[in-house]
Amino acid sequence: MTDPRAILEMTGIRKEFPGVVALDGVDFRMFPGEVHALMGENGAGKSTLIKTLTGVHGIDAGTIVLGGEPVAFGEPSQAQHAGVSTVYQEVNLLPNLSVAENIFIGREPRRFGRIDWSAMRRRAEVLLAGLDLHLDVSADLGTQSIAVRQMVAIARALDVSARVLVLDEPTSSLDAGEVERLLKVVRTLRDEGMAVLFVSHFIDQVFAVADRMTVLRNGKLVGEYRIEDITPVDLVTKMIGKELEALEDIEEATHRHSGGEVFLRTEGLSRKGAIAPFSLEIRSGEVVGLAGLLGSGRTELARLLFGADHADGGTLRIDGDPVAMRTPRSGMAHRIAYCSEDRKTEGLVGELTVRENIVLALQAARGWTRPLSRRRQDELAARYIDALDIRPAAPEALVQDLSGGNQQKVLLARWLITEPRLLILDEPTRGIDIGAKTEIQRLVAKLSDDGVAVLFISAELEEVLRLSHRVVVLRDREVVAQKDNESLTPDEIMAVIAEGSGT
Amino acid sequence: MTALARVTAYRPQQRHLPMLATLALLVGAYAYGASQYTAFGSGQVVFNLFINYSWLLVVAVGMTFVILTGGIDLSVGSVVALSTVLSAELLGEQGWPAAAVVVAVLAVGLLLGTGMGALIHYFEIQPFIATLVGLFFARGLCLTISTEAPSIDDGFFTVIAQTQIPLPGDSHVSISVLIALAVVAVAGYLLHHTRFGRTVYAVGGSEQSAVLMGLKVARTKVSVYALSGFCSALGGLLLVFYKLSGDPLSAIGTELDAIAAVVIGGTILSGGSGYVLGTVLGVLVLGMIQTLIDFDGTLSSWWTKIVIGGLLFAFIVLQRLIARR
Ligand SMILES: Nc1ncnc2c1ncn2[C@@H]1O[C@H](COP(=O)(O)OP(=O)(O)OP(=O)(O)O)[C@@H](O)[C@H]1O
Ligand SMILES: [Mg+2]
Repeated sequence: MTDPRAILEMTGIRKEFPGVVALDGVDFRMFPGEVHALMGENGAGKSTLIKTLTGVHGIDAGTIVLGGEPVAFGEPSQAQHAGVSTVYQEVNLLPNLSVAENIFIGREPRRFGRIDWSAMRRRAEVLLAGLDLHLDVSADLGTQSIAVRQMVAIARALDVSARVLVLDEPTSSLDAGEVERLLKVVRTLRDEGMAVLFVSHFIDQVFAVADRMTVLRNGKLVGEYRIEDITPVDLVTKMIGKELEALEDIEEATHRHSGGEVFLRTEGLSRKGAIAPFSLEIRSGEVVGLAGLLGSGRTELARLLFGADHADGGTLRIDGDPVAMRTPRSGMAHRIAYCSEDRKTEGLVGELTVRENIVLALQAARGWTRPLSRRRQDELAARYIDALDIRPAAPEALVQDLSGGNQQKVLLARWLITEPRLLILDEPTRGIDIGAKTEIQRLVAKLSDDGVAVLFISAELEEVLRLSHRVVVLRDREVVAQKDNESLTPDEIMAVIAEGSGT
Repeated sequence: MTALARVTAYRPQQRHLPMLATLALLVGAYAYGASQYTAFGSGQVVFNLFINYSWLLVVAVGMTFVILTGGIDLSVGSVVALSTVLSAELLGEQGWPAAAVVVAVLAVGLLLGTGMGALIHYFEIQPFIATLVGLFFARGLCLTISTEAPSIDDGFFTVIAQTQIPLPGDSHVSISVLIALAVVAVAGYLLHHTRFGRTVYAVGGSEQSAVLMGLKVARTKVSVYALSGFCSALGGLLLVFYKLSGDPLSAIGTELDAIAAVVIGGTILSGGSGYVLGTVLGVLVLGMIQTLIDFDGTLSSWWTKIVIGGLLFAFIVLQRLIARR
């Protein structure tokens, strides 16, 4: 199937990890001036295919031809030199350096060997402004939100005049506006003749931007399709190998919440620089959705409730009693669980196994003097691996070897086993495939039926609306509205968010 | 965005905090000394710090690079000793010209450092282990060359050792001080204005990310150990200028002093954050403590170690607190 027009042609790629065949005879090709989407469930092998292309992993069989020349990159820098610019799935940047440096490090503007700092800052500002991001580029990247980091990683990849641009789930932490801007940039690059590889679990984004798609399932090639020749339903069926059950039944169930006891109540709770005073009630069995743009204070609000940050004003009551929520430990003592959006630095321990990661929070809540028996650990791990369909279903696999979406599920399992009364989910479906996403949404609905209160944060408004009984809208670090979700639409929420905001 | 701007504006100050603390400590110690002993108040006390510790400063600068990448170099003391022994041997027994000796000594340091760097990067040996091997190897080499500490009477070396550069206010410094300050200046330039220096910080921030970003991680990692070896050899030469002898048992425990100076100067042991200027302050603090104890006259010099231990503890706690924010 060689085609002279292809800029990249990968044939018969095979990659084995100890115990897993991640890729088995996969063919993949890209054409200049085309956006090619790589589709598949969590663990299908998308990121692995990308990493074999860029030289992070060697291949066990197969050939890679780039621009007519056979290539075998030994390390990512070689791929970069050959014109393959990549944004990896887990944002891989340097938190200790400035935003500007993260964009330019390795190819800083120089004069006589000396780094030209002011030119670098200027160019960084211009580049980020192109993505509609305006911030102090000399600030440390570590102080920025995940979304900003993702944009910075993209800006870094865009700056090189590459022949092939690889974006592995670039939109997972972005909100609708940012996604739109990114897709616009991608289209422009495509029109300039670049070949773009795009991975996303958002089917609508893929259909909005891709010209061609390749579907993988369990490390094997399912097929390559032109966008005109496939429908979203077909695509999902090909990805998961069976038909997806409808989501409608969740919607039915959730909107019938009658309201239990008030579990948590805040009065004028606030933290300087993070969130303005807000009053909020969460009842047992209620699902409260937080909606708002990035940086609107969603995560900050959640962190106060859990004690990850402590408030400097207002009161917080649990079951009617005032509580000083100063540390995550006090949050855990009141059976509040917080599933962080930043799974890499705040969540998972990559060097530990799936089982160890799953029992971590429960163990911490019990105290280290009362260790969980190994049998109980195995039992719990097995139950949740099964419930969330974590793949591979190997409790002793290292978390760092799991695909991104499966890591997210492990993190979720960790908090579920603590049997919380309030579960705070900060972007729980980030990077999760459509099948698993449905599972997680079902799970939230079920928890709510069992009387667990859920605070649900997601950049995807549809998802928030589908699940929540009540939606709290934030803007500029302030709670601006609380609405019962009877028949709210995304547009109504967007209108509230947009109202009064000058930009 | 305004809140964001405020948060980000706050950050760099925090990063300078350990260094500022060290500076305050240094000034405080000096003021205390000056209030207790009249002789202490003269500027020469400060210049003497530079004169006595210029060799340690150069070693500590090399160590700063290593620690910034998240590594450690335990071999520096032995390499210093090896340089002194090698100088004495080549000048005395072998009768080499001074310039050739200087070049040879520096080359040996560079080579040893490169070797350890290669072990660490290509064979994935822990820096702690690889440089421990270097420590024993270099010390052993010292003792095979000579078990005594011959003094050096080479003309060039003596001239450098004894030349005093007058400064206003009846003070003076040695040539070694100028060399050490030049090393500091070059190191600062390298770290903040060259691609190599920024890659050093990048590797310390996250080696895995640095690899994926396509940075020259291998070259950088090997280079910092080579640089540290070179600095140790140069530090050894400065020690020769200071003592005019080559002692195989000199500079025992220097690695610990150097690490202490770097950490007290605010560089974080896990890498990615710190400044050479901090290291200069760190070395001066160590020297200042020693000087205070010398002036006192009644305290045993072990007090230096105790105070350094206490300081290290305080600084590591400070770094933790800052990192947690
Ligand atoms: N370094 C590794 N060691 C062992 N196994 C690995 C490693 N990297 C990936 N795998 C395995 O290879 C398979 C494919 O993973 P990959 O990350 O390519 O999936 P993916 O399609 O990108 O999924 P996601 O949508 O969740 O990101 C998974 O079973 C994963 O567990
Ligand atoms: Mg992936």
